[in-house]
Order: sequence, then structure tokens, then C-alpha cells
Amino acid sequence: MSGFGQLRLEGVGRRFGTADALAGLDLTIERGEFIALLGPSGCGKSTALNCLAGLLPLTAGSIWQDEQRIDTLPPEKRGFGMVFQNYALFPHLTVRDNIAFGLRMRRLPKDEVRRRTTAAIEMVRLEEHASKLPGQLSGGQQQRVAIARATVLEPSLVLMDEPLSNLDAKLRLEMRTEIRRLHQSLGLTTVYVTHDQEEALSMADRLVVMREGRVQQIGTPEEVHTTPTTWHVADFMGYRNLLPLAAQSVAGEVVTVPLGGTTIDGVAQGTVAAGEDVVVAVRPEDVKLGNEGLKGLVEVVEYQGRELAVEVVLEDGTRLHARTERKVQAGESVSVAIDPTRLLVYASDRPAAELVTAGLAV
Amino acid sequence: MSTRALKATPTAWLIWAVVVFFFVNLAGVVGSVLVSSFGRRWFDTWVPDGFTTQWYGDAWHEFGLLQVISVTLIASGLVVVLSVLVGAPAAYVLARQDFPGKRLVYLTFLLPILMPPITYGIPLATVLYKFGFAGHLSGVVLANLVPSVPFVILTMTPFIEQVDPKIESAARMLGANTRAVFLRILAPLLVPGLLASAILVLVRTVGMFELTFLTAGPDSQTLVVALYYSMSAAGIRAQQSVDAMAVMYTAMMLVLLVVALRFVNPTQLVARVKEEPE
Amino acid sequence: MSQTASWQHRLAERGVDRRLWLLLPATVFVLLLFIYPFLYGLSLSFQPLKGGGALANYQKFFNDAYQRDTIATTLKIALPAALLNVLAAVPIAFRMRGRFRGKRLLTTVLVVPITLGTVLTAQGLLNYLGPTGWFNRILMAVHLIDDPIRLTNNYWGVFFSLIITGFPFAFLLVLSYLSGIDPTLERAAATLGASRAQRFRRITLPLLAPGLATTFLLTFVLAFSVFPSAVLVGNPAGSTRVISLAAYQAAYEQYDYAYASAIAMIMGVVELVVVAIVLLWRSRLYTGSTGGKG
Repeated sequence: MSGFGQLRLEGVGRRFGTADALAGLDLTIERGEFIALLGPSGCGKSTALNCLAGLLPLTAGSIWQDEQRIDTLPPEKRGFGMVFQNYALFPHLTVRDNIAFGLRMRRLPKDEVRRRTTAAIEMVRLEEHASKLPGQLSGGQQQRVAIARATVLEPSLVLMDEPLSNLDAKLRLEMRTEIRRLHQSLGLTTVYVTHDQEEALSMADRLVVMREGRVQQIGTPEEVHTTPTTWHVADFMGYRNLLPLAAQSVAGEVVTVPLGGTTIDGVAQGTVAAGEDVVVAVRPEDVKLGNEGLKGLVEVVEYQGRELAVEVVLEDGTRLHARTERKVQAGESVSVAIDPTRLLVYASDRPAAELVTAGLAV
Repeated sequence: MSTRALKATPTAWLIWAVVVFFFVNLAGVVGSVLVSSFGRRWFDTWVPDGFTTQWYGDAWHEFGLLQVISVTLIASGLVVVLSVLVGAPAAYVLARQDFPGKRLVYLTFLLPILMPPITYGIPLATVLYKFGFAGHLSGVVLANLVPSVPFVILTMTPFIEQVDPKIESAARMLGANTRAVFLRILAPLLVPGLLASAILVLVRTVGMFELTFLTAGPDSQTLVVALYYSMSAAGIRAQQSVDAMAVMYTAMMLVLLVVALRFVNPTQLVARVKEEPE
Repeated sequence: MSQTASWQHRLAERGVDRRLWLLLPATVFVLLLFIYPFLYGLSLSFQPLKGGGALANYQKFFNDAYQRDTIATTLKIALPAALLNVLAAVPIAFRMRGRFRGKRLLTTVLVVPITLGTVLTAQGLLNYLGPTGWFNRILMAVHLIDDPIRLTNNYWGVFFSLIITGFPFAFLLVLSYLSGIDPTLERAAATLGASRAQRFRRITLPLLAPGLATTFLLTFVLAFSVFPSAVLVGNPAGSTRVISLAAYQAAYEQYDYAYASAIAMIMGVVELVVVAIVLLWRSRLYTGSTGGKG
């Protein structure tokens, strides 16, 4: 059962009535990889995970484990492990019985069940809680039971559906490390669904960014972070400044756009032609407050620990989000500068007017 | 509490008066049967001339109550077991899944509860006679299953909806097949719901008159039907032994009721039709 | 392989999978024991015992005033009884929806008449409301009346039996619907200046109305199928000769199952007409969330 070379999803789709929750998903998962499915709610990432698990029948495409077709198998025959968002622990079974459940389903000898269950309980450090019911545990402890329950079977693939979203911020950071540690020490292959881009970037080997049921970009964390392929991905990856503009001139990769009463250069992502509507994407971290550049007024200041998140209104009325360590105050005149290599220019898929009414920038 | 009650508005007083009036009369109805069953002779006086327990012995022998009560318990027990076995899996599908024609199926299951028992009872009894079931215990059980199975479906559905479907998914991901999911996960989690619907079906079947009346033969009468026959044949038996039988029936129902109320809320006894799912 | 896969894809899209097999026992059961007998009765009703056209049984029923009038008699008992039960339940349930001492006891006591059923209630009513029963004795003792009033073996006997079994039923249903309405809605209306009466009329009543329609329906179904009490405390030859009695007599006294089935069908149609009217009215009401739990 366990151990495969690769897992291939070919044109996987799931339709509910007339709505495509997932369409045309092609993905090859190599053994030992940690893959994050990332996207806003309703993007199809959980649908994809459930299709992979076998909990949701496909309405298009096929799934192959090496040369064996597995999308026709029921979930219990696929041998995958799964961790659910709300943990889905069996409320009437103790921690020990929850973890032993899968081993018992496989009809393993009693002493092997006991040995492996004990080892799994130790691995997630729940020795003192082994005979408690799930209702008596904290959220983080429940999460650890869920992980132990899924991994004790040494499954060929572990699926995780937003496992950290019900935990508080501090615990979430700890569990991130813990999951990554288990992934490596147990030599697992993991598919991890999340809407938190930071979580995905920090944990995964590869990211699959999705939107409206379709894959937008597949790449390493660095690729997705620095060069999103569409402005939608950029939007999702924390490029808070998205400006609908018109390209003034194009020279090779360098695109010049009008901004703040003057012009500014950026890097074309894909093909961009002069005079076309474009969407310009910049991260707040790449908008530097200084003494030179575009003139503007500070309007809103939010204290965020080491830094301040600042909203600056340029002379032409454009609003830019910036981050700075300088102590500025609302109403102050400032200048902002943007590194041309960090200003990404995308061909717009919709007219500028429509983007503005959709609430994008300005 | 008492000061508030004293300050209550006239409408509040009126409402409480109506409630008290209702209960006084209810007590009168039940009480007069009870007093009469212990009365030696009761005619045109406030209370009987004297008291005795002889009517209970008379009723027990005259009406063959041992046989009647055992028929009642066996028939009701069978109805409970069968209706839960048939109804619970259907309730599970209806609670969990959307499929084409679901509304039609739901409506079909709802109809036997919405129709007066006599309307379908007469054709049903005719069919049961045709195939030789009626007149026996089997006919009584089959007829009583008709409203009981839908009733189990309706009472079980909210209990099943309370169990997170992710818990079943988790069991499947751990290698449990359908049988194991039902036996090891759902059954233990649904014990309260199963108990509630079993008890409610029991109470309803013991009290069900029309369907049993239409399908029972002389040796497959339940207590309530035997009571009806003894009442409508008034004059042959002493009134008091009929009363004694009625009290025994009441006692049996009250025992069931006390048991039932340990497991279910009073409103559940009546709120049998859940609003149709959206 | 790919043929079966695409077939499976199409079924999956519509929500059809192996779990639907669990529906099979109940479906077979309803088809065999409810739908089939019903259709059998329907076809039987078109095959009159004594010949004549297919509709002879129905003509016989509607041409015979003694039979035809059972419809009006049934409705005359069932509709007022159901209406009174629901209308009386609303103010009482409204007053008792909060928590108070003894509420559990009160609701428990109310369940008693429901479980007693009509047969026992009939026996009790005969004793209690009869000419020498406690009720008449009390009225005579306080000189409200000089002679016993006749309350059993007529319309009123049946009516009271329907109140005794039907009112607790209606009350408990209305109470559960009322406690499903979020009380903060009324408080919100109060902060907006609505008086007590306005709050009830404009907030609580519209949210409660669909529940009242359902309650009326269920109480009506109970009252419509009145049978034992019509015989035992009513006047089964006259003012309480209800339609279920006519059907019973045709089947078990005249052994004319075809005619009995015809009467049962007529009974079903009349009841469904009332149900349909109420449901139609109900469908025009707001039937979404009422903000409360459950």
C-alpha cells in the first residue's frame, strides 16, 4: 500500500449542479513532497483535497498512483491519511482509541496496535491524556491527536484540510513547525490546504495557488512570492497595492506607467503593450518612505509592532500602502519611492473602470 | 415570584384561570375512571357506596388481560425493532445526501403521518386480508409499521444532522468500510436518537387504536382495542370492570410515559413533523 | 473502463452513489404497505360490488344524504375543534414561554392526555360529564342549573374529547415554535418604541404564523380521523356520524370493501383539500430562520 513513486491528477474536476467547484486540475505529486493548495475560500482547494481523498466523487478526470487508477476506489481503500479542519475526532472514543482506530480497521495483531499507538501518543507528547475523551482536551491537544491518528498508519499520502485555522496565533506557529518536523522525520508526502499565504510559504515545497476552481500558478514558495503570474495571485500573495492604470510606454520588459503626477517604471509580467489597461502590483514592504520620489500625505497610521503600516495619498489621489520604521504621523508630508524591479505590471483582464468599481485601489 | 404573580395583568389571570379549569376537568375525567374502578356500587352519588378491588380481578379474568397485554407488548416490541431497522438507514440518507427526487421521496415518507389512519387503514386491511396477514399478530405489526417507519425517519433526522459528517469521513480515511462506520461510529453516537425514536414509537403503537382495530383478530387484540370492545358492548359487563381495565391501560401508558420522559423532551412527543428541509 | 468511469462521473454530479441503497428497505416498505394498498383501494373503489358504472360507489355515496352529510358532520366537528385548540394555545404558550418553576411538571402533565388516547378519554368523559357525573353535580350544587345538562352521547361529548386530546398537543407544538423565536428580536423592537401589543402583532406573530399553520394542520388531521370517541361519547347514528364511521360500517358491517374504499378515498380527498388550502396560505408567509435555536 504505502510508498508510491508519484501521484498524478489529470484534468480532475468536480461540478455541483451547474457550478464548477473545481475544473481541469493537473498536478503531479512526487514522493516526499510537501504541497500546499492555497487560495481564498471557495477557490476549490478543499474540493480538490476531498476528491483526492475519495470523499467526493469526481465529475471529470482521473487520478493515478503510479500506473494504478485510484479515483474509482472508495476512500477506505486508498490508504491515505487525513487531518480535518475541526479535527473530526470520534467524541465517544478516548485519545488512545481514536489513534488506534485505523490500526484496528486493518485488523493488525493486538500487541502491534498497542505498540504503535503508544509510540504515536509519545510522538505527539500526549502521554498524560491518553485515556481522556476528546471533549476534555484543548484545541491544540485535539489537533495533535488528529495528526497522530492520521500518521500512525504510515499512509502513503497525508491530506490536511486547514488544520491550524481553529487555533490561536501562538499555537498556530508552534504547530506549523511541528507538522513540518513530522513530515520530515516520518518521510511523509503531504498535501496541505490553507488560505493563509504565510503558512503555505513557510511550510510547503511547492504551492498550488487556486482561484474560482482553477489553478492560477504552481511553483516554489519563492517563485510564487516574488513573481506571481497573474494579478489575482499577486493580490492573494500580499501585494496590497493593486492599481488599475494604462501603460504609457513599453521598452523590453520595462513598462512606464503614470503615477502621482509623474511616471514610474516597472517590470512587465507576461506581455504588455503600450496604451493598454494594466494592473500594477506592489507590496507595502517595497514602498519606501524617504526624502525623494512621489509626493504625498500620510492619512492613516497603524501601529504594528516594530513597524508602522501607513496609508499615503499621492498628489493625483492614488492611495498607497507602505510599511516603515520611521515615526510618522497622520497629516505629515512624505515622499515615497518604489524599486522598479519590485513594481510588477500585468495585462489587465478587465477594463480599468470595472476594476475600480470592483473596489480595486484608488 | 409570588409578588410578580399578584401584580399580573387581568389577561394573565384569565389565562391562568383557563389553564386551571382545563386541568381540573382533566383530573375529573381521569379521576372519575379511577374512583369508579375501585367503587363497590356508584349510582347518583358523589362517591361510591364503598370501595373494593374486586373489579380488577374480574377484568383480568373476564377480558383475558394476560393474553391481551402480552399481545400488546409483543406487537409493540416488534414494531419498534422493525421500524428502527428500516427507518434509521433511510433517515441517514435523507439527512446526509441530496439526490434527484429527494423531495418526492420525502413527501412519500411524510404522507402516512399526514393521512388519517382510517383512510389508508381500510385499503391496507383489505390487502392484508387478501394475503392472509390480517387477523393475526403479523397483520397488526405490518399495519402499525406504516406510520411508525416515517415517524422514526422524522425523529432520527435531526439527531443524525447533529453528527458532523467529517467524523464519518475521518473513519473512512482510516480504513473503515460502510459497515464499520455504522457500527463503530454512528451507532454509538446515535444512541440518544435511537432511544428517543424507539420509545416514541412504543408509546404510539400501544396507544394506536384505528390500525390495530382494523387488522386485529380475536386473539391479536391490543389493550386499547380490547378496551374499545368492552366499552361499546356496554351493559354486558359491569361498568366498573371496564373502568378497571381502563385504569390498567392508563397505568401501562403512564409507566411508558415516565420511561419516555427520561429520554425525550415532552415537546418531542408531539412535534413529530419536522419542517421539510429547504 | 473509461465507459464506466464517465457513467460514474455523471451519477456523482447528481449526488447518486452507493449510499442510496440504504434508502431501499424503507422505500420498498412504503411502496408495499402504503402506496400499493392505496392504489389497490383506489382501483377497488371503481369496481362496485353490485355492478353499475365505475363511479357507482361514488354516486351511491353522494346520492345518499345520510352518507353525504358525514362530510359536513366531520368538518363541523374537526374544524372548530382544531381552530379552538390552536387559538387557545397561542396566548397560553406566549405567557409560559419563559422559564418558571414547575414548567417541566406542567408540560409533563399535558402529555398525559395525548398518550391516554381517545378511548380512555371517552370512558372518562362518560363518567365525568354524564348526567350523574361530578361536573353536573357541581353545577347543580352551586345552583347554576336545575337539571343535568346533556354533555355526552352528542356533539359536545366528541368536541370535548377532541379538546382534551388536541389542546395539549397544540400547546406543546406552539410552545416549541415560540421558544424557537429569538427573544432579542422583541427587545430590539421595544428599543425602537414598539408597545407590547405592537411587538406581538408585528414581530412575534409573523414569525410564529407558519408554525401555527403546521400546528393547525396536525391538530386537524387528528380531529378529522376521530373515530372511537364519535362512537363512544357521541351519537353515532346522528349528530356525530363522521365519515370514518361510514367507511368502517361499509367495510365491517356490510362487508362491501369496494364501497368502503370509495368512502376512504373521499375522506382522503376532503382532508387533503383542507391540508392544501392551509399549506397554500402557509407558503405565502415568511418561513426562514426565526433567529432562535432549533
